[in-house]
Amino acid sequence: MSIYYTEDHEWIKIEDDNATVGISPYAAKALGDVVFIELPEVGAEFAKGDEAAVVESVKAASEVYCPVGGTVIGVNGALEEAPETVNASPEGEGWFLKLTLADASELESLMDEADYKTYCESL
Amino acid sequence: MTDSNQTQLKKTKLHAKHIALGAKMVPFAGYDMPVQYPMGVLKEHLHTREKAGLFDVSHMGQCFVTADDGTFESAARALETLVPASLQDLAPGQQRYSQLLNAQGGILDDLMITRLGFQGQTHRLYLVVNAGCKDADFVHIEANLPEGASIDYKDDVLSLLALQGPKAVDVLGQLNPAVRDMVFMSSLDIPLTQTIWAHVSRSGYTGEDGFEISVKHEDVGELTDMLLSHADVEMIGLGARDSLRLEAGLCLYGHDIDTSVSPIEAGLFWSIQKHRRSAQAGYIGAARVAADMADKTTKRLVGIKPEGRAPAREHTEIQDMDGNTIGQITSGGFGPTAGGPVAMGYVARKFTKAGTPLQLIVRGKARPAKVVKMPFAPHQYYRG
Repeated sequence: MSIYYTEDHEWIKIEDDNATVGISPYAAKALGDVVFIELPEVGAEFAKGDEAAVVESVKAASEVYCPVGGTVIGVNGALEEAPETVNASPEGEGWFLKLTLADASELESLMDEADYKTYCESL
Repeated sequence: MTDSNQTQLKKTKLHAKHIALGAKMVPFAGYDMPVQYPMGVLKEHLHTREKAGLFDVSHMGQCFVTADDGTFESAARALETLVPASLQDLAPGQQRYSQLLNAQGGILDDLMITRLGFQGQTHRLYLVVNAGCKDADFVHIEANLPEGASIDYKDDVLSLLALQGPKAVDVLGQLNPAVRDMVFMSSLDIPLTQTIWAHVSRSGYTGEDGFEISVKHEDVGELTDMLLSHADVEMIGLGARDSLRLEAGLCLYGHDIDTSVSPIEAGLFWSIQKHRRSAQAGYIGAARVAADMADKTTKRLVGIKPEGRAPAREHTEIQDMDGNTIGQITSGGFGPTAGGPVAMGYVARKFTKAGTPLQLIVRGKARPAKVVKMPFAPHQYYRG
């Protein structure tokens, strides 16, 4: 299993041909208390960088972009009733969606864990 | 935001304290202001509703209006030419909410007007206006006050705190028990310590019981420390101030009200006393107020409850059930006390009845909502 990050603070975990997508602890902290999450339909197809979900805090709505292209094969429906899970466990139970990758080579443009840590420290 | 921009922002006297408390600072109305503290907007909101929240609102404009002849009647009569509210009947210490209107009856700003109650000062009117409007307000007031009355601008001298929530009265009552008997929309000029005198009003912008406390710049740091030393008091940022006032159904200038709407359209009818509702009431904009009262077709600001959990933010399109555009959301978000999304917006007159179904277009999708009576969280004002 490997994990990659985007500059917009999404993470993507790869297991075999499938990927799980969520937002990083940095993003969850910056957003503050999450009160609503809009998830895509299963079957939706996204290109890299497409708006895949929306996460709302008390104050504002923010887009979650698809780190790489793919087709949605599952969404975390539990977030509908318990959006605060994103704050409590952004890289665990607070995942957003699962994808089959369209083109695994798109992962090469993302940051690995060490690079992302350096990136966050530079912000 | 770049550093060079930051240096141009004004700072309140509590700026360093906000930073020390770990606040996230944002530019607001020309000031560098705390939007939230480490507690976060949601918990700050709930803390204010359950205990007491302390807000630095020193960015707001404070001024006095007085008459050259030194009488209250002349000062009140003069300011009555600029606002719909009746002022000549204000008792010493009494406070009223009103608006400054332009010639077309559009709202230039909303404000609090208080007749001072302290002996020897009861001829003076004390005004608190919005930070973002204050420079223009002071120009407008100065230019339009009739001969024989003048405005005295006090931002260089006075800071302003708001202490809001069910515990506010106990906290402030420990400094001076006289505040316990104050009723909503009244004020007192009293000492809070041996050296700190304050103008205290029982009012606020959260829907809770609470106080607004005007003190000299040099005293605001000490008073803040004293209030914050109380276990029930937490510093609260502008983020929670916004969600609190939205749940209370209170308008935010520049969002729910501006020069494009009249006080009648904004649902502020209640703030205009009966004898001030005619076109001949003698204040700038009176003709529009009277016309909008008679006209059953103009739009109205209403409370809107989206169904489900998705918040509908400002500028969200409002449609009737047939898909016709009938208005726009002017304030919308998640109400922590309401436990779901809450909003207000303008709709055509025939859609204002509570229970009327509407559709809100959020990210291209029509979502069901209903017109509701505000507030979304019950007012807790102390009326004696």
